[in-house]
Order: sequence, then structure tokens, then C-alpha cells
Amino acid sequence: MTTTSQRYETVIGLEVHVELHTKSKIFCGCATSFGAPPNTNTCPICLGHPGVLPVLNRQAVEYAMKAAMALNCTINTETKFDRKNYFYPDSPKAYQISQYDKPIGEHGWIEIEVNGETKRIGITRLHLEEDAGKLTHVDGGYASLVDFNRVGTPLIEIVSEPDLRSPEEARAYLEKLRAIMQYCDVSDVKMEEGSLRCDANISLRPFGQQEFGTKAELKNMNSFRGVQKGLEYEEIRQADVLDSGEKVVQETRRWDDAQGRTLSMRSKEEAHDYRYFPDPDLVRVQIEEDWMNRVRASIPELPDARKARYVSVLGLPSYDAEVLTSSKELADFFEDSLQHTSDAKAVSNWIMGDLLRYLNENNLEMSAIQTTGQALGEMISLIEKGTISGKIAKTVFKEMLETGKAPAQIVEEKGLVQISDEGAIRGIVEQIVANNPQSVEDYRAGKEKAVGFLVGQVMKETKGKANPGLVNKLIVETLNR
Amino acid sequence: MSISIHDVEHVAKLARLDLTDAEKETFTEQLNAILRYAEQLNALDTENVEPTTHVIPVANVMRDDEARPSLPIDRVMLNAPDEEDGQFKVPAVLE
Ligand SMILES: [Zn+2]
Repeated sequence: MTTTSQRYETVIGLEVHVELHTKSKIFCGCATSFGAPPNTNTCPICLGHPGVLPVLNRQAVEYAMKAAMALNCTINTETKFDRKNYFYPDSPKAYQISQYDKPIGEHGWIEIEVNGETKRIGITRLHLEEDAGKLTHVDGGYASLVDFNRVGTPLIEIVSEPDLRSPEEARAYLEKLRAIMQYCDVSDVKMEEGSLRCDANISLRPFGQQEFGTKAELKNMNSFRGVQKGLEYEEIRQADVLDSGEKVVQETRRWDDAQGRTLSMRSKEEAHDYRYFPDPDLVRVQIEEDWMNRVRASIPELPDARKARYVSVLGLPSYDAEVLTSSKELADFFEDSLQHTSDAKAVSNWIMGDLLRYLNENNLEMSAIQTTGQALGEMISLIEKGTISGKIAKTVFKEMLETGKAPAQIVEEKGLVQISDEGAIRGIVEQIVANNPQSVEDYRAGKEKAVGFLVGQVMKETKGKANPGLVNKLIVETLNR
Repeated sequence: MSISIHDVEHVAKLARLDLTDAEKETFTEQLNAILRYAEQLNALDTENVEPTTHVIPVANVMRDDEARPSLPIDRVMLNAPDEEDGQFKVPAVLE
């Protein structure tokens, strides 16, 4: 059976919306806090009452500039706002203030890594706009309740070039975009809370064909996994349509996560006629050189730069560096650990092993864990000093994750200090050897495995606290006596 | 440039307006009259004039990012056609 990827080339472009975490809305002083009672963060401006005037939030412009620069965009020195007209109850003014032909940034790019290969993905544009309200359908779908709290929350829309060639690349792009926004500290970028949203355009074409196939627009993918699954489904669906000699219909489709498939939304033939025109209530924005320089100076070290530093300065494998820098919280945790140990690879192993496994198994975010990077560093230094064994450390770390207690405190409370006293261990070793004549005989008959069995017995006797190297040495000595 | 009855139908549809045939006729005529009036501008030579989006030469009118009190909820709801649980209630629009 031939797979889709062998017959057709997939072409994907993403449109990503990111909520900027300003204190107030983009054109009025209403607060932007998440979770306030419906309509309590509204005023005549964001409710679209007649005669009011919007005034632009400088911080929103700076966040958008910062994000655009971090995505390697060219900043337009002269930018403006336009009205995007549409009639829907989530928009009280019947238009959204957005940017049409003069976005804040254009012609950017980021790099993604998929299957060990680095690929550059173009960013067509980044523009600033206001968010819309939230509708809840009631009365069996005959009525809607409207909450305008979110109206006017500043958003940036980031449009990629159609450079992505697989759902996996799309996911990697989205994850890299999230990391960059997180490092820049312009947004909370949480898909579950809607501060990061993603729509996708996807089409298929026979390999070698220049022009793009007919695309479908995909909406409602509310998680990173959902983006990948939705695109994978669509890839197969479109291949089946093409294989049967039919044509792909240009339409908007909704990803249904529960059903695991995409469904056609009623096509709106005139939906994309937004009749944009410049907003006469908002004057031009000029971005002078010194303003640009000030914003540029506020951009911290970004994921790719950190990754390169972890490889070149700390000597980490590229894969470790990629995983550690995928989120700012993880990278900061890693660097905090290094205050107490210089063994970067050991820290990386603990984070990529025990820590990430713990998060996955318990379905937790980094922000939910009790311990700190410093504490992990302290724990590793306890192993280095021989206070605890690596095996005992696993118990200690789990306790740290769950309770937030300091490693030294856990070791003391639970009496986990490693036994490195030769006399104490020798006594136990001699007793175990005496109790296991069969193993002694096996060893003398050349079965080296007997040593491992005896070591296990001593560790069991000492509840894992004996220094394993020392135990091994003493057993061999005793057997050879 | 002139406006046809199809343009009026299209814009009316976008604006969710349900016009009678007589209204379509009227608006087509009125919109064309407005266009004819604006066409007087074509008499001017704009060869060396930069296109503009605003008539006033002002830029960068911005405010600091400070939250201010919003409207009390009872005043927010004064213009609501119908309300439920502090929310505006409207007929559903099918997507
Ligand atoms: Zn407001």
C-alpha cells in the first residue's frame, strides 16, 4: 500500500493568533484579566457605543514589535489600523480594528527541527488587532449569550508562508512559535486558555507540480496534538478525494477532536469580503529608529541561541538542548540547577527522564511542580558528594516534586544517607556470604553472576542505602579470601 | 465609475439588510448620486500628491498601559435588547 506522503506533497500554512498580556485592552482602559464575570470588563469604547474614540495602547504596539523582531521580521516604520467589516454578534461595532496593508512586521522567518533536520519557515506577516467577544449558544441553539470581556484584548496574528510540508512540521513550527513568544514575555501562550490559537490552510499536490492544489481551511484545533491530528486526518481525506478523481472543495472545515475527524462548516461564499478601509479614528503610527532600538534591546536570548549555547558551552547533545529549550520554564529550571552542580549532562538526564516522565504521567504543567531548579542542583551535588546513591536519589526527587521539600531535609527525615562506612558494610557482606553457600560455590565454579546476586542481597538488607561500589568491592574481596 | 443594482444587493447582504426591490432601486440611484458628486475631485491634478490615509498630519497618539474602572454591569446592560446572567442575549446566527 502506498502512503499519502509518497503520492502527494502536502502544503501547509498556519495562521496563529497570540493574545498579548497587557494590563489593559488595546483601545480602552478596561482590564484584560482572564475569568472575570461576564461583561464586567467593558466600557462604551469596547462596547462600540456611538461617538467614542479609541486610543492605542503603547505597550501593545511594543509587544507586537518585540514579537515581530524575534521572528526576524522587517518592521514597517509607518504602520496604520484598518476596519475589517463583518456582522456577527461577537463584534459590537460590526467591524474589527485590524491592520490590512501596513502590518507591524513582514518577511520574517524561524527555524524548526524535524527528524534531526533544520528547516527555515517563512513568516509572511505579523499584525496587531483586537480580539472579539465570546458566544455561548443557549435555548437549544436558538439564542446566544454574549460576553464582551474579551473584546479589545490585543492580539497579534502571525501568518506563515506555505512552507510546511507535513503535520509534524506544522506542530514543530507552532511549538517553536510558542517558545519564542514565551521567551519574549509578550503572552501566556496557553492553548487551553485561548491565548494561543491556530488555524491552518492545507492542500495536496502531485510531487513535481508547481502550483498549489485547492486548499481547505481548518479551524477549532485547540491543542498541539489537535493541530497535528487534524492535519493528518485532512491529509488522508484530501488524498482519497484526489485518488477517486474528484476535486477538493475550497471550504472551511472544523476539527472535531471527540470524533477524530474534520467536518465541513457551511461555506460562506461572501465571507471573505471584509471591505477593509483605514480607521479614521486612529492616526498613523510612526516607528522611529530609537524606538525600534529600545524594543530590540529588550529581547532576551531566544530558544535557538540558548540551544546553541547549551551545545557549545555546556557540551550537551543537540537533542537534549532542543528539549530543554522548548519551553522557557524548562530552560530556566535547567539553568537554576547549574548553580549547585557543574554536571550539565546529569541535570539534563534528570530533567528529561524523571521530571518529564512525572509531568507526563500526572498530566501536569511545569508551573504545577513544587520543587525548583536550585533544589535539583542541590540533590545532584548530594550524589556527587556520596551522601546519597543515584538509586536513592530517585526516591528523593519524587518526594521533592510532590512536596517541595529540600533534598537534604528529605534525606535526613527518611534516614536515606548512604552507608559508606567500610566496617559497617563488611559486617553485612560477611553475613550475606555466609548465608548463601550456593552463591559462593557458583562463584568458585566461574559464575560471575553470583556477585550480582550477592550485591542485590546486601542492598536489600540495607534498604538500598549501602554504597554500591563499595559493596561490590567487599563482596569480591570476601569471595576471593 | 457607477454602482449597479448587483453591487447594492451584495453590500446589503454583507450588512445583513433585507431590502425590497423598490429600496434597491432607490439606494442604487442615491449611491450613484454620491459618487457623481465625489467625482468632481477628478478635476484636480493630484499627480504630485502623496496618497494619504488621514487628513490630519498627526502620528503616534498613544496611552500608557494602565487599567481603569470599567462600566458598572447594570449600565453595561442598559442597551441590551435582552439579557440573561449578565450577558447580552441575541438570536443565534448560524455559521
Ligand atoms: Zn473598554
